[in-house]
Amino acid sequence: MSAPALLAARGLSLRYGAIAALDGVAIDLWPGEVLAVVGESGSGKTSLLNVLSGRLRPDAGVVWYRDPTGALHDVHAMAAPALRLLHRSDWGFVHQDPRANLRMGVSAGGNIGERLMAAGARHYGAIRAEAGAWLERVEIDPARIDDLPRVFSGGMLQRLQVARTLVTHPRLVFMDEPTGGLDVSVQARLLDLIRRLVARYAIAVVLVTHDLAVARLLAQRIVVMRGGAVVETGLTDQVLEDPQHPYTQLLVSSVLQA
Amino acid sequence: MAYVAVKGGERAIDAAHAWRAEARRGDPAVPALAVAQIENQLGRAVERVMAEGSLHDRELAALAIRQAEGDLIEAAFLLRAYRTTLPRFGASVPLDTGAMAIRRRISAIFKDVPGGQVLGPTTDYTHRLLDFALLAERAPDSAPLAEAAEGTMPRVADLLAAEGLIRPDQPGSGEPSDLTRAPPAYPAPRDARLQGLARGDEGFLLGLGYSTQRGYGGSHPFAGEIRMGAVSVVIVPDELGFPIDIGEIVLTECQMVNQFAGSKTEPARFTTGYGLAFGQADRRAMAMALLDRSLQAGELGEDVTAPAQNAEFVLSHADNIEATGFVEHLKLPHYVDFQSEVEAVRRLRATAAAAAEPVA
Amino acid sequence: MNGYNFAYLDEQTKRMIRRAILKAVAIPGHQVPFGSREMPLPYGWGTGGIQVTASILGANDVLKVIDQGADDTTNAVSIRRFFAATAGVRTTTRTAEASVIQTRHRIPETKLTERQILVYQVPQPEPLYRLEPSRTESRRMHGLAEYGAMHVKLYEDISRLGQVAISYDYPVMVNGRYLTSPSPIPAFDNPKLHLMPALQLFGAGREKRIYAIPPYTDVRSLDFEDHPFRPHRARAVCAICGADQSYLDEVLTDDRGGRMFVCSDTDYCAGRAGAGA
Repeated sequence: MSAPALLAARGLSLRYGAIAALDGVAIDLWPGEVLAVVGESGSGKTSLLNVLSGRLRPDAGVVWYRDPTGALHDVHAMAAPALRLLHRSDWGFVHQDPRANLRMGVSAGGNIGERLMAAGARHYGAIRAEAGAWLERVEIDPARIDDLPRVFSGGMLQRLQVARTLVTHPRLVFMDEPTGGLDVSVQARLLDLIRRLVARYAIAVVLVTHDLAVARLLAQRIVVMRGGAVVETGLTDQVLEDPQHPYTQLLVSSVLQA
Repeated sequence: MAYVAVKGGERAIDAAHAWRAEARRGDPAVPALAVAQIENQLGRAVERVMAEGSLHDRELAALAIRQAEGDLIEAAFLLRAYRTTLPRFGASVPLDTGAMAIRRRISAIFKDVPGGQVLGPTTDYTHRLLDFALLAERAPDSAPLAEAAEGTMPRVADLLAAEGLIRPDQPGSGEPSDLTRAPPAYPAPRDARLQGLARGDEGFLLGLGYSTQRGYGGSHPFAGEIRMGAVSVVIVPDELGFPIDIGEIVLTECQMVNQFAGSKTEPARFTTGYGLAFGQADRRAMAMALLDRSLQAGELGEDVTAPAQNAEFVLSHADNIEATGFVEHLKLPHYVDFQSEVEAVRRLRATAAAAAEPVA
Repeated sequence: MNGYNFAYLDEQTKRMIRRAILKAVAIPGHQVPFGSREMPLPYGWGTGGIQVTASILGANDVLKVIDQGADDTTNAVSIRRFFAATAGVRTTTRTAEASVIQTRHRIPETKLTERQILVYQVPQPEPLYRLEPSRTESRRMHGLAEYGAMHVKLYEDISRLGQVAISYDYPVMVNGRYLTSPSPIPAFDNPKLHLMPALQLFGAGREKRIYAIPPYTDVRSLDFEDHPFRPHRARAVCAICGADQSYLDEVLTDDRGGRMFVCSDTDYCAGRAGAGA
């Protein structure tokens, strides 16, 4: 690839006592690319997501991020205000549990509008129109703009979270098991929606999942983690069709057998 | 017109104060209560007022109780408002409660301890039956005398610490905090927390301490030791440079010993919670010790989930002078704000009514 | 008063409070923590305002104290007496004559000048406390100027009720930087905060915070471009002086629905009535 990477990590290490959560991890993410990080629980994939997004400081290593002007930033050297600003503008984070991100006592429209208002939007009508448009994009009836999230189903909550995250048109979104805890039929619809939105708005995604089917559907590239280390990386189809590392082979075969 | 501009606030205030003074005295046929009687015969009230008023002066505390007609929070307020005007000569050296002249000393975690268990003047094992003999003036039978205990009475926590079973107290950061001089900042260091608890409302400490026993931030407490007696207060004046004993005060000290299975950052060992109160105040010292321990949750790597583990919550609401002021200030006039609310509600109702009009 | 310093507080304490005031003036709208003293009046009765007033008062000052806009409400009387006794300063009920005005819940109708200081009694200095009770967290929000949550509250009001439902203690942005509580003044008074020639000092004793709006500072009430802030007053005229622009108190005159409206600012009303307005 010729374009410069949007996010690049080198030599990331993190230990919890005797356990290595990350062990010399290197990652590159290009603009508009969906990168899946797969592995069993405890493989370090969630730690990686938190370190890449600046929420967790590594013991060693560096994460570089390229802003829209082309300037590079060491994520863990950024001042807290700058990092928080980044998180509510050019970045987004989709949690497994939408309740961790949504304000459950605030209407759907207010939830989507918050990021716009935090970014300085001060026209009520425009904010509301944008919130309505995003409800439509995530396949929620815009008539429900004033409903509280607590009356929404699990799948709707997750779609509302996606709308709230994407409303500021971030270039990079971190997703932590976005379909975890949902029924299979609900999962399929959500995955389809995410795939279309990510492609339409050319959003780069770091997607953490334990589910190879999710990775296959969404990601162009895949990173396989085990014991805090990257054991294999490559194009998704390649890795899943022709896994090289014995651990990847085991993962793929266990899915096939299941 | 029925409305008369509300004037005469000054006269109303003066009259109210005069009425209060008359009511305070009560029936003139009943002898007036002397401050010395309160000081001597309502000792627990005096000690509570000294603790919450943050001033050790039995006579002034008794005066405050009399002036406040037995309203102990009001009495503590009177004492505080006086205390804040006093010059500060300095801080004492740390009290040596190990050298306390023991009147009471019990441990719940050992059958016997060096120096022995000493019940002291307790009501713990009385049957709570109203004593109608007290309706009449009758001198009590004199209590039997015993020889003072031989030798020292080491603190039970120190005995456990010698074995390494107790997490040692972490050193403070030099000068102790003083909440009466500088505003609290969070996370609050332990010295600031202990000061806040020591001045805190006894009912609040008790309720929150109790909540930790019911599962809201449980800390598996054992009463390691409760001791009560006189302790010397020693200061080192700058002009002299050597220590001077300026007198004795009676204190109750409680050390809770708490089970602790260890956490991400700490090995398993016992931890302690500390309580200290003026006079004989088991309840106050024990509740304080429970809270001191629960407020260490953050430092010990425990999850902070319960109110009693949240220092900002506990310390912001423990002070009954602040609490009573802000609760009672609601009786001050608020009619300007209420008027703006009334106008707003009328506007909202008009808007809603207009929206509900059937379309012709 | 014997045994007490001028204006009650000792000089060390006054210096500490003046330092906090200077810092507050330097960072308009920012809440400065200070070592609030225990006063002989209860918390909630104006201990913050009293400490600020005590620290800035000089022997030649002329003091006015109002509560709900009135000089003769009981707490205003009590505080005016306190300073008359401890400082011996001249007191007045005339807004124009006062050099220092301590207030609870109102800004006088008469325009203030550069020669005057307005001291507010503040029960709750933190404008975010209903949205975020932890002061540790709200301080962080101020530090990062993260005020989206407050706009969400306004958005929710408009979407549910068609208008912002805050009628007093209406939050303002001071100097384009700090979200600030104007104290529980009616929203009607908010426009007076903007570019006021007088220095405005805010004291919260129980919460141990001081903040300030220096003269001629930009103060904007939070709103949306298409739902601009609007001050409201009762649609009536004062039954005493006939004022139709002042903030009015509603007074119930009987138990059959009888009512009348009179100026909340008693000095303003008396001045107009005396001038035969």
